[in-house]
Amino acid sequence: MSQDSRVRVRIRVNGDVHEHEVEPRLLLVQYLRDVLGLTGTHVGCDTSHCGACTVLLDGEAVKSCTVLAVQADGGEVTTIEGLAQHGRLHPLQEAFWEHHGLQCGYCTPGMIMSALDLLNRHPDPDEETIRRGLEGNLCRCTGYQNIVRAVQAAAARMRAAEAAAAAGGGDD
Amino acid sequence: MIPAAFAYHRASSVDEAVRLLQELGDDARVLAGGHSLLPAMKLRLARPGAVVDIGRIEGLRGIRRQVDHVEVGALTRHADLAAARLPAGLEALAECADRIADPQVRRRGTIGGSLCHADPSADWPAAVLALEGQLVLVGPGGERVVPAAEWFVAPFMTALQPGEILTAIRFPVPQARSGSAYLKLARKASDFAIVGAAARVTVDGSGRCTGAAVGVTGVGDVPYRATAVEDLLVGRVLDDQVIAEAAARAVEGVDPVSDVHAGAEYRAQVAQVYVRRAVQEALGRALSQPA
Ligand SMILES: Cc1cc2nc3c(=O)[nH]c(=O)nc-3n(C[C@H](O)[C@H](O)[C@H](O)COP(=O)(O)OP(=O)(O)OC[C@H]3O[C@@H](n4cnc5c(N)ncnc54)[C@H](O)[C@@H]3O)c2cc1C
Ligand code: FES
Ligand code: FES
Repeated sequence: MSQDSRVRVRIRVNGDVHEHEVEPRLLLVQYLRDVLGLTGTHVGCDTSHCGACTVLLDGEAVKSCTVLAVQADGGEVTTIEGLAQHGRLHPLQEAFWEHHGLQCGYCTPGMIMSALDLLNRHPDPDEETIRRGLEGNLCRCTGYQNIVRAVQAAAARMRAAEAAAAAGGGDD
Repeated sequence: MIPAAFAYHRASSVDEAVRLLQELGDDARVLAGGHSLLPAMKLRLARPGAVVDIGRIEGLRGIRRQVDHVEVGALTRHADLAAARLPAGLEALAECADRIADPQVRRRGTIGGSLCHADPSADWPAAVLALEGQLVLVGPGGERVVPAAEWFVAPFMTALQPGEILTAIRFPVPQARSGSAYLKLARKASDFAIVGAAARVTVDGSGRCTGAAVGVTGVGDVPYRATAVEDLLVGRVLDDQVIAEAAARAVEGVDPVSDVHAGAEYRAQVAQVYVRRAVQEALGRALSQPA
């Protein structure tokens, strides 16, 4: 196998299966942005520190600037574009909006994907758990205060929706 | 930033990985979680012509309880260990895992990758030294086992031989009434350790210390066992004064590093304080178990 041999990858992104021949050195974030045109996932530092590039890979928050597309082969990726359902924003997106969890918005997609992973593991997190859970995401604008509030509000909304669904009264 | 081009090989078994490494020679690097190797490749600090991805080899990820030891597969991720239920005495493993980097890095980074990378400020070395891990290696000549105390040779250099793969780390199950702990000083969230101290303590029915091991990372140019501390703990009833006296020897025989994060004197001082606290914490856990 020579150095420029491409590798076939099959990755499910936001529900749709994509197949491409890629260079082994292609990063997952480039695959998402440049190959699939999903530019919601941002590149902040490019050195694995800021978390702007966070996506869910097989349900777990990862920094997509530090994963090769070939490592995601056969996997399932969720990006910020995959959160809204039927034209309705995800509770986390709504809560960031309502609670001013963003200013410039650069960190927001990654912040929301990390928060989603956190809420999947801790549906009712206290402030400390939220702050620790978002340690891998940097924000230069907000001072984090409103991000924590937004995650708390989203958690409450998601728990209420879950309870309603469990009671058989969920709207979908 | 984009890594230089390389040829990609995905190994489906340890044997295949070893064979690929033999075929590809010096130009090939093993890829596990990629959270040390890929950043280095993006900065072109590493430029392997070929990468052997071991990330999907079955059986290398997970924690298995054996009769007298716990076997942790090399591909076990930091997050797996942070969430693991471990036998009494091995608490420091989960504690250490939970203090590494941030949630996203813990999802991808592996214990094996960290031990092979051997960053002198990495967290795992302290815990693996204090819990007397045995590193299981497979190479062209078969399997061999290296004790943690012989693993770290120089900064970013280990006893791993060319062509070898680390497959697991075996931790002896500590005797009854053992406890362990890991403490870390870092400058900010998701940083490496300026000082990391792990301690394991075993006590008998009368509270006398019958065994102790202390691992220190971030302080010297390689992580080390603080044997001078251990020697003063074993055989004594551990009160605060005895522990402080022992911990004062935390950097004996070591030349503490000075860098932008901390000077040598500061590191030496913090090492003594953190070793003391780690021993106290480990002792508390040992004493909380039935005699
Ligand atoms: C932002 C960030 C913050 C971090 N913070 C910390 C921290 O606070 N504390 C800390 O300890 N670490 C930290 N790390 C490092 C992290 O823990 C890495 O995951 C770990 O050092 C490497 O594990 P890996 O599986 O990703 O290895 P890889 O990057 O895949 O490999 C690392 C090296 O080991 C070799 N290798 C890997 N596995 C094997 C094997 N089984 N057999 C033989 N060779 C192998 C590779 O060839 C390579 O040379 C941080 C990393 C990042 C990106
Ligand atoms: S762009 Fe990936 S962590 Fe900053
Ligand atoms: S809103 Fe600007 S970086 Fe977070």
